[in-house]
Amino acid sequence: MLTASFTTGEARAAGRASEFSLPNGMQVVVIPDHRAPVITHMVWYRVGAADETRGTSGIAHFLEHLMFKGTNKIPPGEFSKIVARQGGQDNAFTTHDVTAYFQRVAKDRLPLVMQMEADRMVNLVLDEKGVLTERDVILEERRSRTENNPTALLDEQMSAALYQNHPYHTPVIGWMHEMAKLSRQDALDFYKLHYAPNNAILVVAGDVTEQDVRKLAEETYGKLPSNPLIKPRSRPGEPPQRAARRLELKDSRAGNPTVYRYYLVPSYSSAAPGEAEALELMMKVMGSGATSRMYKQIVVEKHLSPSTGGYYSGGGLDSGRIAFYAVAPQVGDLDKIEAEIDAMIATLVEKGVTEAELSLAKKAYLADHIQESDNQSSLARRYGFALTTGQSLKDIEEWPDRLKKVTPEDVLRVARKHLDLTKSVTGRLIPQPVPTESAGPGPVKAGAPKT
Amino acid sequence: MRFLRSRTTPSRVAAITAACLLFWISTPAMAMKIQSVKSPGGIEAWLVEEHSVPLFAMHFAFEGGSSQDPEGKPGVAHFITAMLDEGAGELTSTQFQEQMEEFVLRMSFDAGKDSFYGTFQALSENRDKATDLLRLALTRPRFEEQAVERIKKQLLSSLAFEAKSPDNVAAKEWYATAFPGHPYGRPMKGTPESVGQIGKQDLETYHKRVFARDTLKVAVVGDIDAATLAAMLDKVFGALPAKASLTAVPTVAPAAGQTKVIDMNVPQSVVQFGLKAVPRKDKEFVPAFVLNHILGGGGFSSRLMEEVREKRGLAYSVYSYVQPFARTAIFGGGVATKNESIEESLDVIRSELKRMAEQGPTPEELAGAKSYLTGSYALRFDTSPKIAGQLLAIQIEDLGIGFIDQRNAQIDAVTMEDVRRVAKLLLQPDNMIVTVVGRPAGNTAKALPTAAQGQPKKG
Repeated sequence: MLTASFTTGEARAAGRASEFSLPNGMQVVVIPDHRAPVITHMVWYRVGAADETRGTSGIAHFLEHLMFKGTNKIPPGEFSKIVARQGGQDNAFTTHDVTAYFQRVAKDRLPLVMQMEADRMVNLVLDEKGVLTERDVILEERRSRTENNPTALLDEQMSAALYQNHPYHTPVIGWMHEMAKLSRQDALDFYKLHYAPNNAILVVAGDVTEQDVRKLAEETYGKLPSNPLIKPRSRPGEPPQRAARRLELKDSRAGNPTVYRYYLVPSYSSAAPGEAEALELMMKVMGSGATSRMYKQIVVEKHLSPSTGGYYSGGGLDSGRIAFYAVAPQVGDLDKIEAEIDAMIATLVEKGVTEAELSLAKKAYLADHIQESDNQSSLARRYGFALTTGQSLKDIEEWPDRLKKVTPEDVLRVARKHLDLTKSVTGRLIPQPVPTESAGPGPVKAGAPKT
Repeated sequence: MRFLRSRTTPSRVAAITAACLLFWISTPAMAMKIQSVKSPGGIEAWLVEEHSVPLFAMHFAFEGGSSQDPEGKPGVAHFITAMLDEGAGELTSTQFQEQMEEFVLRMSFDAGKDSFYGTFQALSENRDKATDLLRLALTRPRFEEQAVERIKKQLLSSLAFEAKSPDNVAAKEWYATAFPGHPYGRPMKGTPESVGQIGKQDLETYHKRVFARDTLKVAVVGDIDAATLAAMLDKVFGALPAKASLTAVPTVAPAAGQTKVIDMNVPQSVVQFGLKAVPRKDKEFVPAFVLNHILGGGGFSSRLMEEVREKRGLAYSVYSYVQPFARTAIFGGGVATKNESIEESLDVIRSELKRMAEQGPTPEELAGAKSYLTGSYALRFDTSPKIAGQLLAIQIEDLGIGFIDQRNAQIDAVTMEDVRRVAKLLLQPDNMIVTVVGRPAGNTAKALPTAAQGQPKKG
């Protein structure tokens, strides 16, 4: 059996994670891994794009960029340069639920990055000009990620339709027209409201002990005052969803006709016990890889589509999502392909999955889990994400056991409960002919070239 | 995310090494021991034992890659990367996939310009079964008609997506413009026409010519000892032909000084630019590598990032890289800026290249680059797959088993004079080949020829 050696293997590789809290309320998690003399140091804030005030979409991510603009101790733009001169790498990211900052450094540089990260938690200095220049950068970022990419535009439209009231409705990077108006004051307001030790989780993975981290954390983050304004997060919830939604994006830049289906489902932190694990395994069986039901039936047996699949995203604080997709050879094939997916979903809801399918899906996930545990950055992220979205250390470490306990009956139950078309959005990407220059929506060129 | 680079730039060159004995070298810098293992059948591999996790990773490469695609049929090597787990030996495609799932192993293949790469990971307890499947995939792929047709549809579908992706088109057009008539100028994934014509015969021919023991390089990291690995090497690779039969690929330099605009209806133009660089084994390579870090390889520490993004807010991503191939070398880079401002971005980049060529870096920049490059080297060795990847690249580049411990000294030895000299040699903005995908405003658009969207002009 795989399972026993998996658990012991992981324990040997990474050691047991431990946790403690500082008196100011900052939570600390240490994941020892002594194989290489390097450290991953991460600070996770329990704040993300879903915590923004309406009308300031993108401010959480914008602030993430601005956090590199300096303090009274660190001049503008120097943060990353200092880390680099120490042979380290740094970056940051924002989701709907979390904002995280990290550095990967040699172990003896840990005190330095802890000082710097603690400093910018409360001492950020922003000047007007720097803010406006960085605003141009995030507008370019949106153009790169979204405006230049019809698949991303469709995903944005579908998410906006899937969430009718909850702020997951709004894209993390923000709507262009609101991003263009974000101000220095918006950023500072958001910063003061959300950045504080009692709203943060420190995760240190690598060649370090809990004692080392405790001492360093007390000397750095431990000196910061907690913020009494920090409250548990509570976002507007979804009303009952009563009607399936459909939309179509026609775009000359689309490569192939494609159909997508999203369902609003619970996440690991919002689901009843065991449901998220069952949804995870259900989608592995349905849509992941060349042995999945969808690939076998739609691609191999019926030759309807070159590419199809599906997945469960269960990492959200308030809810999760199930997605199915398939590429169509021609626009005219979309109906047939969508009908096929619907038929497969109906079969799933009627009959569930077999014991054999479930057992293979578990094996695959447990193997992934081992491989991920071989990597200190992935480990730090696994713990950070889960803790910032409402899970406990125990929840994280017992995940393999909970996964193993899922039965075919559990899968059948969540399929029946959650694959509900009234909580879904179906989106189609339809390639259009390239518009002529005079009629095209893009900027019209000043002087048309002659050759 | 604060910074996401739109492409990675591994440096991969093929060469041959010879090691006759089993020996090991300890690399104090990384606290690990690299063993050179030779199988009874004469196959060599580098091994780092790591028994704390019950799995192992094997990375390997054959010389060849897409530059061995037959003339007029680009995309064969890439096609094969998707076919090796689609049935082999007595196993049909479905059976093979089911066995892979049963024994929870991962195998993936990739065709670079000069090498055909494979990566493989398995749990210790499945070692025999898993390596059996790898052996079948490499030595007895079936290339069955049905699987070929199915994969062909997937490849064509993915080509249709990429034809509308500004990043992909900019990169593909850059190579077509830089290397007309040379294998490096061909689209690595082929064209809809060429992929449409590729059949079982093409795949079999390529497989016979390229998958051979004499150009094979292997690196293994994980829960396995030298004796077990030696036997495994013969089992997995032993049945391959002794010698590859490769088409000669001539040495080539990028064609100098062209700008090409490919019209696409997007709000942001995507640019690839590049110049000739120096080969991996040239004495100027390490100075060029350091120069690149200062100019555009070093993220927020680099001049391009400072001037284009931090000072002017013109782009989210701007970068440069040095990429040595087996038969050429490139100093390249990229930027993406809204159509109205692309000209300003390009002007800034050109003037930064010029300034660096004329004045070189500051002593602080050189010191900062060295301390980053030497200090961060250990971060490339913190997981088994990453170590295996590094060991394979060092073998392919023929740098020797002691390279890891010499590498930081080579960087530290680079002087201001070295960087100035190499900057003057390489950074000649007038020779730059630039491909722009989008609807750039201003002179960039006016002065230059365009091609229809989705049907970019071939260089």
